[in-house]
Amino acid sequence: MVGMATAESFVLAIGTKKGLWLATSRDRREWSFTGPHFLMSEIPSVGIDTRGGHTRIMVGVRSEHWGPTVAHSDDFGATWAEPEHGAITFPADTGAAVERVWQIYPDAESRPGVVWAGAEPISVWKSTDGGEHFELNRGLWDHPHRSDWGAGYGGAAAHSIVVDPAGDTVHIAMSTGGVYRSLDGGSSWEPRNKGISAYFMPDPNPEFGQCVHKIAADAAVGGRLYAQNHHGVYRTDDNADNWTSIADGLPADFGFVMLTHPRREGTAWVVPLKADGERIPPDGELAVHRTDDAGSTWKRLSTGLPGHEYNSVLRDAASVDTAEPAGVYFGTRGGTVYASADEGETFTEVIGHLPDVLCVRAAVVAGA
Amino acid sequence: MCSASARQWWPVPDIAVVLPSVLQPLAGGQSVLTAPADGPVTVGQLLDSVTAGFAVLGRRLRDETGALRRFVNIYVDGDEVRRLQGLDTPVSPGQEVVVIQSVAGG
Repeated sequence: MVGMATAESFVLAIGTKKGLWLATSRDRREWSFTGPHFLMSEIPSVGIDTRGGHTRIMVGVRSEHWGPTVAHSDDFGATWAEPEHGAITFPADTGAAVERVWQIYPDAESRPGVVWAGAEPISVWKSTDGGEHFELNRGLWDHPHRSDWGAGYGGAAAHSIVVDPAGDTVHIAMSTGGVYRSLDGGSSWEPRNKGISAYFMPDPNPEFGQCVHKIAADAAVGGRLYAQNHHGVYRTDDNADNWTSIADGLPADFGFVMLTHPRREGTAWVVPLKADGERIPPDGELAVHRTDDAGSTWKRLSTGLPGHEYNSVLRDAASVDTAEPAGVYFGTRGGTVYASADEGETFTEVIGHLPDVLCVRAAVVAGA
Repeated sequence: MCSASARQWWPVPDIAVVLPSVLQPLAGGQSVLTAPADGPVTVGQLLDSVTAGFAVLGRRLRDETGALRRFVNIYVDGDEVRRLQGLDTPVSPGQEVVVIQSVAGG
């Protein structure tokens, strides 16, 4: 959905370590809140499905005591529904159990009802009923590389899913394992990490095993994707066959976030962190960096952000909306969420003092 | 015609499962669920029985492999089942089974 910011409503979902907050706004500067929803459960994933003129908010919920589940709301959080037997549960023959749902990704407008999910242990799932029931992707689950995939600090998960809106190509990223690509809608998968460094392994250029933190597609250029790696920022122009570094010009090549513009070619955002020893914004100064030329140059954006910040921004704790100009949102592990209504040029604080922000998702909606 | 003694009906005794307050909304607001049993059953069988009509409650207690969730503790007459035979621990009519969440967290 594209529209002038002043004519639209915006919904911002903030998943934290101890619950979900929902915010709505007319101008992306003044926000009204509900929450906490699911108090004392972590919310590592949110998907906002606005296809067909309806809004469904889907959330991955995980209680340390009571386990993971997926719930959805069709009324902006006034009520939540949870399928009796669970939206995502492993088939008995796998002998596996879901630990955490890391990603909920509504497919393209042309495929209504289709929602993808990524989970821990490393697995990809697909729903055709709007996220109420998901089926395990067997092609990835039975992949011969599985026994060699590892776990990042946060767990072993498929955390990024990028689906070609016009075809059958699907890219995923996992920590650790790297980028895998399917050209047949998810039936089969091949690693696609050429050029992405895995400096922490004996062979720094393996076929797979990279710790890719996030991938995102360029909406305007087919076959172009961007990756924020565990050290390294990359771009591919050939559907992930080859990756090249675009980290020059950034103050650090580490980070978790990778966002792309909903329409415009060559525009992406990252939030650099110094690593491995520190894992904080470089020099304690939080800034978003945007490229408008596919990574050739980067612009530091910090207007409205605090003078010092020692919390990191996690891989899904950032989002863009689809308005014009696009909104940019992110939250910190210190529980502060920022929004920009002008593509990152200026930020305002949406809310502070929340638990660690794990996931942020924004959308332009009707009727919020 | 059968004799009165032959027709005597004895109610099958129950085994009670006591739920913490946080889970009671998933059991229709009940604090205690009961399952009829005419002899010992395992804790796993007992959970199968009492959660048969409350699938979401069942998923809160055990994952899809049937394993008890890490921070869910079940006590049989005061003994935590992990120190006994886990979900294979036998429980007899008249005994009380209590579900308590671990105090882990921060």
